[in-house]
Amino acid sequence: MAGERLLPVLPVLEPLFPARALRRGSVVSVAGSTSLALSVLAAASAQGSWCAGVGLPSLGLAAAAELGVALERFPLVPSPGRASGAGGWGWVVAALIDAFDVVLARPPAHLKGPDARRLTARARERGAVLVLSGAGWPEPAEVQLTVASAVWEGVGQGHGRLRGRRVEVAAGGRGAAARERRLSLWLPHPDGGIREVVDERRAHARRVVS
Amino acid sequence: MSGVRTLVVWCPDWPVAAAGLCSPPAAVLAGGRVVACSAVARAEGVARGLRRRQAEARCPGLVVVDHDPAADARAFEPVVVVVESFTPEVEIVRPGVCAVATRGPSRYFGGDDALATRVAMAVDSALPKGAPACRVGVADGPFAAERAARQGLVVPAGSSAAFLAGFPVATLGDDELADLLVRLGIRTLGQLASLPAPSVLARFGPAGGAAHRLARGLDERPLASRIPPVDLTVAAELDPPADRVETAAFVAKGLADRLHDALIAQGLTATRVLVEAEWEHGDRLGRRWRLDGNGGRMAERVRWQLDGWMSAANRPSGGITLLRLVPEEVRPDDGRQLGFWGGDRAAAERVARALARVQGMLGPDAVVIAVPAGGRSPAEQVRLVPWGERPAVDAPVRPWPGRIPAPSPATVHSVPIPAEVVDARLSVAGGAWSAVAAWAGPWPVDEHWWDDAAHRRRARWQVITAEGTAHLLSQLDDRWEVEATYD
Repeated sequence: MAGERLLPVLPVLEPLFPARALRRGSVVSVAGSTSLALSVLAAASAQGSWCAGVGLPSLGLAAAAELGVALERFPLVPSPGRASGAGGWGWVVAALIDAFDVVLARPPAHLKGPDARRLTARARERGAVLVLSGAGWPEPAEVQLTVASAVWEGVGQGHGRLRGRRVEVAAGGRGAAARERRLSLWLPHPDGGIREVVDERRAHARRVVS
Repeated sequence: MSGVRTLVVWCPDWPVAAAGLCSPPAAVLAGGRVVACSAVARAEGVARGLRRRQAEARCPGLVVVDHDPAADARAFEPVVVVVESFTPEVEIVRPGVCAVATRGPSRYFGGDDALATRVAMAVDSALPKGAPACRVGVADGPFAAERAARQGLVVPAGSSAAFLAGFPVATLGDDELADLLVRLGIRTLGQLASLPAPSVLARFGPAGGAAHRLARGLDERPLASRIPPVDLTVAAELDPPADRVETAAFVAKGLADRLHDALIAQGLTATRVLVEAEWEHGDRLGRRWRLDGNGGRMAERVRWQLDGWMSAANRPSGGITLLRLVPEEVRPDDGRQLGFWGGDRAAAERVARALARVQGMLGPDAVVIAVPAGGRSPAEQVRLVPWGERPAVDAPVRPWPGRIPAPSPATVHSVPIPAEVVDARLSVAGGAWSAVAAWAGPWPVDEHWWDDAAHRRRARWQVITAEGTAHLLSQLDDRWEVEATYD
């Protein structure tokens, strides 16, 4: 895969990215949902790319596997050291950018602008995709995904179980990604996987017309 | 360290002979192309690789049949029985070709030449009526021996490389590699053999390394790689005994798949397998097959062998009671082939180097990889293993009663967060109270009840707050914790 400029994303997520894929060398930030961050790497991971996770000691790996991440190609550095210096968060992320196709990381509190810019430049140079989960990245990322709202379904007053969740994802960013895009997703769908929310009334109207 | 002195019996045009079509002009087709033809047809211009219509145009009156590999194997069984009377260690390379190591029998029968003559005479008497006489060759290693057999030669020990030097590289049977070698100007095995081994390995990968060894008259694999593995033998008892090929073959397919999976788990691939069967009245038969390291092929070979035994004229009485597959020769699985510019392997090596650097700085436990495990809580469903340690082969993940159903939470707190629940209101870590909008559960767990110290009685709840956040709460006696968050 090293020769290609783009890494695949799940087909339902394609509208969120200007290139309809992950552009190598770019930085993607995901706020408000760990499962959305995992979904961003799912397709690349499933198709053979190596992904790494840094600074995410509480990552739900069963969920990662359910979303399509290949755990055997997803090594983790859950707790790197201090924010700067050898062995710190920035050092580990830089070391992994050199070798991995995608690095998923949670920025530490008080990350400094120059450190973030160095990592951005490094990712661009090495052709890796840096996916940042959560807030704390001091620079504007090329693609910024935010979960605006989330509603769980399946649970009532003491009965049922969590089945599916509708989320409203807003995408913005810089350059070609600056135009805001919105997408309603089932994340996850009650039958598993991720799907676009089909507006029942409109779908029905379309059926009636045709 | 030249190859093991090997005798190969080659029965020419075996698919034709097995179909009993040696006297008329005949051709056997697979996938619409000729794979074998009788001598009469060959004299008329029929050749391997021709399309049916081309072959029929060249030879009017050509008898055409479809290829049936199972029938080939069945017809070959009597030949193997004859060769087996010289030495028990017969290895079937494919139907029509079998190999034996000559060290013992040659001494007994007075040299390689004498052995070859005797084997040839014995095999000819067992061939189907009208089949062309078999050819027997002896050389160092099975590859050179098969080439020698096609010419009916006994190549003196140590001169197999010289014997092979004149053959074209296409003889190796790897079309892709041969094509590349020819384009680089390496046309014969002799030219390939004269290149330095490390350069060939570096440029062409494991396939090229193996080809280079063959061209030099060595065994395909260095001897060191033949270390017998931990006991990977798989066996199945058949109760009631199977007296039909289909029944036995069905069991054999499952066995072959199991063996294949066990080998994969060890990073190995089998190149020779011993198929053994025990019969109702105490008979025991075994036969070795050469493989090219493909699980599907193994199941097919085993089926052929069972078919051969069960349709033989002097088959043992009763049905098969036990089937056993023994991987006798294994080698590390090279995985997928490298592309010229690297590829899977190059990426994996780059990754390993980077992770080793991180481990060097932070300690070996700092880098982990998740392995699926059995358990009820989200945290128990994966196990973290330090990178580089081979995880023990886990029992398959069985359904766990009391397990929280999927979807799993995307955040599993490494340290559960204390919480308080009062009157349908929730406060996490002493924070603001929020109303519980909906909830489900409990999923009760009574763990380690046999051990007083570790005994836990726990209940888990899925809770959605008024803000829309979904948590997995765990209640231990009257203490509450947020175990995971569905974010």
